[in-house]
Amino acid sequence: MGMAAESQFHVLAVDDSIIDRKLIERLLKTSSYQVTTVDSGSKALEFLGLHEDDTTNPSTPCVSPNNHQEVEVNLVITDYCMPGMTGYDLLKKIKESSSLRDIPVVIMSSENVPSRISRCLEEGAEEFFLKPVRLSDLNKLRPHLMKTKSKDQHQKQEKQEEKSAFQSPKQQQQEKEEHQQQQQSSNNKRKAIEEGLSPERTRPRYNGITTVV
Amino acid sequence: MGRNRLQHQVACMRRSLFDQGFLDEQFIQLEELQDDASPNFVQEIVTLFYTDSARLIQNIEQALNNGPIDFSKLDDYMHQFKGSSSSIGAKKVTDECKVFREYCSAENAQGCIRTFQQVKQEYAILRRKLEVYFQMVRQADVAHTP
Repeated sequence: MGMAAESQFHVLAVDDSIIDRKLIERLLKTSSYQVTTVDSGSKALEFLGLHEDDTTNPSTPCVSPNNHQEVEVNLVITDYCMPGMTGYDLLKKIKESSSLRDIPVVIMSSENVPSRISRCLEEGAEEFFLKPVRLSDLNKLRPHLMKTKSKDQHQKQEKQEEKSAFQSPKQQQQEKEEHQQQQQSSNNKRKAIEEGLSPERTRPRYNGITTVV
Repeated sequence: MGRNRLQHQVACMRRSLFDQGFLDEQFIQLEELQDDASPNFVQEIVTLFYTDSARLIQNIEQALNNGPIDFSKLDDYMHQFKGSSSSIGAKKVTDECKVFREYCSAENAQGCIRTFQQVKQEYAILRRKLEVYFQMVRQADVAHTP
């Protein structure tokens, strides 16, 4: 989060057809997206940092994508009809994952089957494109991407605002400082670990309570 | 031959491919995706189509000629073929694929075999025409004006 260098959205495209992979890649690049293509749902999950075994066993915590993912994925666009894991299966797995469910998913299909379309939309797909996909279809992607980019910032802002409404000015100031410290510490986490010191631990957490008015 | 003349020939051939129904609107979409960043995109994707089609034709051939026909497997191959031909705008090939799939769902072996001959024929005709077309495009590109 908050990496200034990343101004492009990164889309993960999934399709078992080599022709369609080439086509979707070109469509996305022409629309100024960064693209990664894979030829199966299982490879897509692998890329997203999710291993299939983890999702079948509820007691095993999901592998955090931050450990495996080098690059953030802002949208997944997948073909529906694929051998093994279908696009629908992939959609379900993404939406069932606590770490991945906020990633918008778009389904593509060469077949116009209303029940298929509604099933996908009900499962959380943002859009359903009929193949062959065109540049004009890709224009529909941007609002979904803009929503998620600003969503994270809004969520943080909203939480801040909610808290502030019930706090004294002094508490607000304390919270603000703590929050800034935390933000800094998460950015400097690697550095802190290397130094053998965590800024969070050196700062006692009960500070907020002792200053209640 | 001068560049202008060659370009004119290219334009004429291109026009006839559309007029005669070999190519449809999707091919124009491909052309629009070609630019300085990807100057050979159309030829590249069409070449991928050739290799992929060769694979599918072989698979379908085997499925039709080796013992009892597995219609669902056949339909799967044809679905792929229809998908890729549709993605590059190969109209006649796509249309024959659709007919084939109808015979498939009706589990009509004879219909499938007959239609498959049509699919192969349309594919062969299109491939020949496109090879000529792209050769002309390349010649026009390197030719000097006039």
